[in-house]
Amino acid sequence: MNKAFEGRITDQKERYKGGVLKYKQMGYWRPDYEPKDTDFICLFRITPQEGVDKEEAAAAVAGESSTATWTVVWTDLLTAHEDYQAKAYRVDPVPGTGPGTDKEAQYFAYIAYDICLFEEGSIANVTASLIGNVFSFKPLKAGRLEDIRVPVAYLKTFKGPPTGIIVERERLDKFGRPLLGATMKPKLGLSGKNYGRVVYEGLTGGLDFTKDDENINSQPFMHWRDRFLFCMEAVNRSQANTGEIKGHYLNVTAGTMEEMYERAEFARDLGSNILMVDLIIGWTAIQSMSNWCRKNDMILHMHRAGHGTYTRQKNHGISFRVIAKWLRMAGVDHLHAGTAVGKLEGDPMTVQGFYNVCRETYNKQDLSRGIFFDQDWIDIKKVMPVASGGIHVGQMHQLVDLFGDDVVLQFGGGTIGHPAGIQAGAIANRVGLEVIIKARNEGKDIVNEGPDILRNAAKNCKPLEQALETWKDVSFNYTSTDTPDFVNTPTTSN
Amino acid sequence: MRITQGQFSFLPDLTDDEIRLQVDYAISKGWALAVEWTDDPHPRNVYWNMWGLPMFDIKDGAAVVYEINQCRKTNPNTYIKVNAFDNTRGVESAVMSYIVQRPNDEPGFGLTRTETTGRNIRYTTNSYSNQKQPGKRYL
Repeated sequence: MNKAFEGRITDQKERYKGGVLKYKQMGYWRPDYEPKDTDFICLFRITPQEGVDKEEAAAAVAGESSTATWTVVWTDLLTAHEDYQAKAYRVDPVPGTGPGTDKEAQYFAYIAYDICLFEEGSIANVTASLIGNVFSFKPLKAGRLEDIRVPVAYLKTFKGPPTGIIVERERLDKFGRPLLGATMKPKLGLSGKNYGRVVYEGLTGGLDFTKDDENINSQPFMHWRDRFLFCMEAVNRSQANTGEIKGHYLNVTAGTMEEMYERAEFARDLGSNILMVDLIIGWTAIQSMSNWCRKNDMILHMHRAGHGTYTRQKNHGISFRVIAKWLRMAGVDHLHAGTAVGKLEGDPMTVQGFYNVCRETYNKQDLSRGIFFDQDWIDIKKVMPVASGGIHVGQMHQLVDLFGDDVVLQFGGGTIGHPAGIQAGAIANRVGLEVIIKARNEGKDIVNEGPDILRNAAKNCKPLEQALETWKDVSFNYTSTDTPDFVNTPTTSN
Repeated sequence: MRITQGQFSFLPDLTDDEIRLQVDYAISKGWALAVEWTDDPHPRNVYWNMWGLPMFDIKDGAAVVYEINQCRKTNPNTYIKVNAFDNTRGVESAVMSYIVQRPNDEPGFGLTRTETTGRNIRYTTNSYSNQKQPGKRYL
């Protein structure tokens, strides 16, 4: 029976029940469907309202994120509508939820989308489809986009990072160790000249990069042109002092594209090798700035400002691994991806999953790190992950063990807060980093011997000794909110 | 001053035994090793002189240390570094780089500021040693 001919249901209770039932009937639940290589596959974590069965909830997500509306429309019949329908093809209970647990039932819904649903080279279009409407949808109490498999054919319509890890290292002439950075503090109130002083001290001390914070734009206390001029004096002076290439991420985030371009051009004309934008400028602006950077030999640093509003809670929003995938496609060179040991949210395995999304040429399914799908990155450049927020040199061995060489380790407070000054803070971090890398390469067990290795190096390095003493008791051992939910299924070997 | 290019410039100069351990690490990863030297350590001088070709498929780290010492003999009082290359698809670039010899005196760099429009400045980094011709810079 076709519900389209039953007429409008006016009773509210009846209508919502009926409305949900229809999605399944309309063809959005297809347990027999085998996704094609050219399909997008999305994994949503859904919490259905009471009385809504899991297949219907999944079908509703498929419908609302593709071609469906709340009722049947005859105009569907003018289209090849089956191709435009997303297909929910698998629903699994989320381990640790539902009857017998203290959490309401959640499900992982796998949904496939034909490639014809998407405009080439547009993250804006991808997001408008996949996350456009579904998250406010009443039959769901909550929904979260956990992971996404992007078909290779679609991926190839993106240019990806303008620089990438390899070329960035070649430009900076820095190999075989993490890069060191620091965010300038205090965030607000420093004049351009005072601000440039912090940049100068940090870079001359031994950092590779310093950074504007996400909310440093062009406020009354420091106009952007002043900041750029003083910072570039600091960058060039410290390069001459050390014989090393240095950089300061000049944040060009502004109210309009025109204003951002003007700031970017000024940074270029002053000789900066890196720019910065905040995630909150939006997908279209990110892709435009990425193109600009590609055209102007500029590294593009992305601060993920605002992401916590939708990435942190497990039952709602979008996982950061999806945001990381979209940003690698949209084209950024640096991406804040978590520290695991610092002050901000991040389960170590989950954070490693984000790093793998940024850095691997091929992601293999890895449920313990929250990676649900194989993803071939078809030589799209790698994004340099940035570990920033509440980390200090006493954790250097843990950071190197967790993240390896291709990462920017940013110690803001952990540089500027050094009791003997900013240069001393930078020296402590650089000595700590180099001694841990040297020990790792020599085959030492840095996880267990790390604290001793650092203490030994501190015997000949007063700034390192002071840093280890100052921050020895600082750790942020809170339970993480965003952790992977999975049950290990043994693979059979033949 | 002390030029801080490379992986280990903030540590005391590596001994030959320590250099060997780093070489062995590169060999264990299957990387090729190269020795390079220069008397022009400007931060943007990416092409130092090659001491022979990179050593591919090398089994014994002693051979690399031997080449470093030969390079030192021929080019005393210059900068020498060891690079490692990884030819894995998606890397295909240097993955290690560390200095194994420095001149006795490192005069460093000066900064030339050319004032242009408004408050804009064009910066040029000048190596003090480059004011002499190659071969006569660090005597």
